[in-house]
Amino acid sequence: MDAAAPLLEVAGLTKRFGGLVAAKDIGFTIRGGEILGLIGPNGSGKSTVMRLIMGIEKPNAGTIRLEGVDIAGWPTHRIARKGVGIVFQHSRPLNRQTVLENIKLALLPDSLFRLVAEPHVDERARVIAERVGLGAVLDRRPPTLPFADLRRLEMAKALARDPKVVLVDEPFAGLTQSEMAIFSELIDGFRREGRAVLLVDHNVKSVARLVDRVMAMYLGECIAEGSAEEVMQDPTVRRVYIGGEIETHTRPELDEAGGEPLLDIRDVEVLYGKAQALRKVSLHVRAGEFVSVVGLNGAGKTTLFNAISGLVPYSGEIRWQGAGLAGRSAAAIARGGIVQCPETRELFGDLTVRENLDLGGQRLAPEQYEHQLGWLLELFPILRERAGQRARTLSGGEQQMLAIARALMTQPKLLILDEPTLGLAPVILEQLSNALKRLRETTDTTVLLGEQNVTFALPHADRVYLLEHAHVIWEGSAGRFAAEMGTGYL
Amino acid sequence: MLKTIRPSFLLLIGAALLAGGSAPLWLDAYYLGIFTIAYYFGVFAMSWDLLFGFAGEVNFGPTFLIGLGAYGAGLMNNAGLPIPLCLIGGALVAVIGGIALAVPALRLRGPYFGIVTLVAVLLLLDFIVIFAAQTGGEIGMMVPDVLSVSTEVNYWYAFGFMVIAAIILFGLSRSSLGLILQATGQDRVEAEALGFNVTKHKLAAFSISALFSGLAGAMLTFYEGTASVDQMVDLSIAVQIIIAVVFGGRRTILGGVLGAIFLVLFDELLRPIGQLNTFVVSGVALLVILFLPDGVLGYVLRPREGR
Repeated sequence: MDAAAPLLEVAGLTKRFGGLVAAKDIGFTIRGGEILGLIGPNGSGKSTVMRLIMGIEKPNAGTIRLEGVDIAGWPTHRIARKGVGIVFQHSRPLNRQTVLENIKLALLPDSLFRLVAEPHVDERARVIAERVGLGAVLDRRPPTLPFADLRRLEMAKALARDPKVVLVDEPFAGLTQSEMAIFSELIDGFRREGRAVLLVDHNVKSVARLVDRVMAMYLGECIAEGSAEEVMQDPTVRRVYIGGEIETHTRPELDEAGGEPLLDIRDVEVLYGKAQALRKVSLHVRAGEFVSVVGLNGAGKTTLFNAISGLVPYSGEIRWQGAGLAGRSAAAIARGGIVQCPETRELFGDLTVRENLDLGGQRLAPEQYEHQLGWLLELFPILRERAGQRARTLSGGEQQMLAIARALMTQPKLLILDEPTLGLAPVILEQLSNALKRLRETTDTTVLLGEQNVTFALPHADRVYLLEHAHVIWEGSAGRFAAEMGTGYL
Repeated sequence: MLKTIRPSFLLLIGAALLAGGSAPLWLDAYYLGIFTIAYYFGVFAMSWDLLFGFAGEVNFGPTFLIGLGAYGAGLMNNAGLPIPLCLIGGALVAVIGGIALAVPALRLRGPYFGIVTLVAVLLLLDFIVIFAAQTGGEIGMMVPDVLSVSTEVNYWYAFGFMVIAAIILFGLSRSSLGLILQATGQDRVEAEALGFNVTKHKLAAFSISALFSGLAGAMLTFYEGTASVDQMVDLSIAVQIIIAVVFGGRRTILGGVLGAIFLVLFDELLRPIGQLNTFVVSGVALLVILFLPDGVLGYVLRPREGR
């Protein structure tokens, strides 16, 4: 076979889930010894493309050629046998077997009648374990391993099949800086062995040093392709990730007032199993402030909010109005005035808009209730028109407004908005942005906003925290953020 | 992978074999009869564990397979075939019926496989009642031949069969096939991505489970002299099999035998307290399941880390 011919050729790949087009006419090629980065925010369709190549989903149209053979629509196990391997982000190893046995599993033939593994299997498994750095823990069982070793085990299993094409899903999620370097080296090893590698990740930055080329996706479509630098500079990519021009209107006097903050977070850490989701995060919000926490998907924003709301266990201290929140149930925290509007919105889909709002206002006295409802329908006029409609049938933007309105019905002291722009079209963003502006100007509601879209997050924010890899790496006023961080964010 | 079996475990097995093998010397006929039934029950449980513990499929209808074996063999015997042919025939009926059920059912995801198997049992029950002229309906179907009239010989048949089934099923569970089955049971997508045809492996597990269930059902029929709905097809039997496995230890295969002996023996021993006996046995089983979720054998054999 010609060494310069592409190992993997994808063309016209399209996948629809009902009315949603998750991937539209996607095409790219990867040669042996080449690494392609496939990036895009949540819901951009990058994972769908990976699952289509692996055969976990069947494409509606398009071809996927592996060494010239179209494997589109084949069952996963045949695609795997043909030479495609995948390193999953979340591993589910066999917990009752040792690391060595887990690797051996990947070396077994797809046969019902070979009951005892061939002798060379053991030797190969040991070689592979050594290569990915599991040599010292061969006889341990996965539940006792640190997170990075579990990722190594996934790597080892993919390698065991000697794949021509390796798909890696978020290679660095949950890893520390030094572990990231080791995994980069491992992936670079794939390249040296002449494998074609597809790295799927949220952002260019983490994979930039590793990849030969990058393709960026947004809402199912390819929006840019080229070297990592070219893609980072691409205006469409920047608009998707950062948004357009950044305006800010800060009110520094609120923070300078001093005194005990409304919400005070000190050195909070959260572990998901073995993955570190938050590392020594400190943050404060004063009464009346609008604070934005910006960061790419997976940086830890949702985890931070869940810790505040008492939904995940954490170490460190979270103080609310001067008293610690530790040990209080999520319901008690919500009654205390902290209301979170999650990115998944969590509306009651079969209830009407009005019923959803009524549920939010359950605890209010009748006259308070009428007042609050009137104010909210003023803030979100569209909800008045939709009052009798089932929440499920609203558009994405309308659902988001309903979610925010329902949260505001409870008259929270602190409103936490988690990624309200998720999956919304630009025109909707503007409506939502205007609503937030009015909220800020006409009330003294304190808001903590988590966003990936900086253009959306900055205009209303007084102060900004930048989360990256579970850690706050920058904090300051929104104006300074626009000046200092605008370019380094991606 | 024999090295993963610890010496203490081998010692335990040896002691159990010695006790079971010498039982006719020190147990009276009454208890031998109880153990005979418990052994057949143990095979039901082990077959079920292969499917649940390893392939990760909850089969609510083990009695569908057992019933096919029992009634298949019984009908053949009534048609004049000798017992050995009837046993083979019964087992085959179970495998064929099992595959006919599993091929469409394994296409379903989530809890639907279990629900289909549940419906299969109800269908078989209806079938037996509707064709009561041939099957004896709810009263049961008498068979002309029995394995033996000697309690002791019957005990040996059951014990030998159970030991052979245990060796084969336990061996399979520790083989490469067992490893692949566990992988498919744990994460279907990942197993597929490693190149394993998951449906093929699960179907194989189902066939093996059906073979031993059907054979055990057929042998039980020729031990009792009757194929009966109450003892072989009813859903309460399916529930008991499930309890036996969970009690003894899921994913241990041999735990099923332990659970079966416990359920059958204590149900019998506590008979003097009347209706309360099932209550007490179920209560003890519940406590074990709550406090030792891996079952008795699973607890004894649990992997010890930090060695």
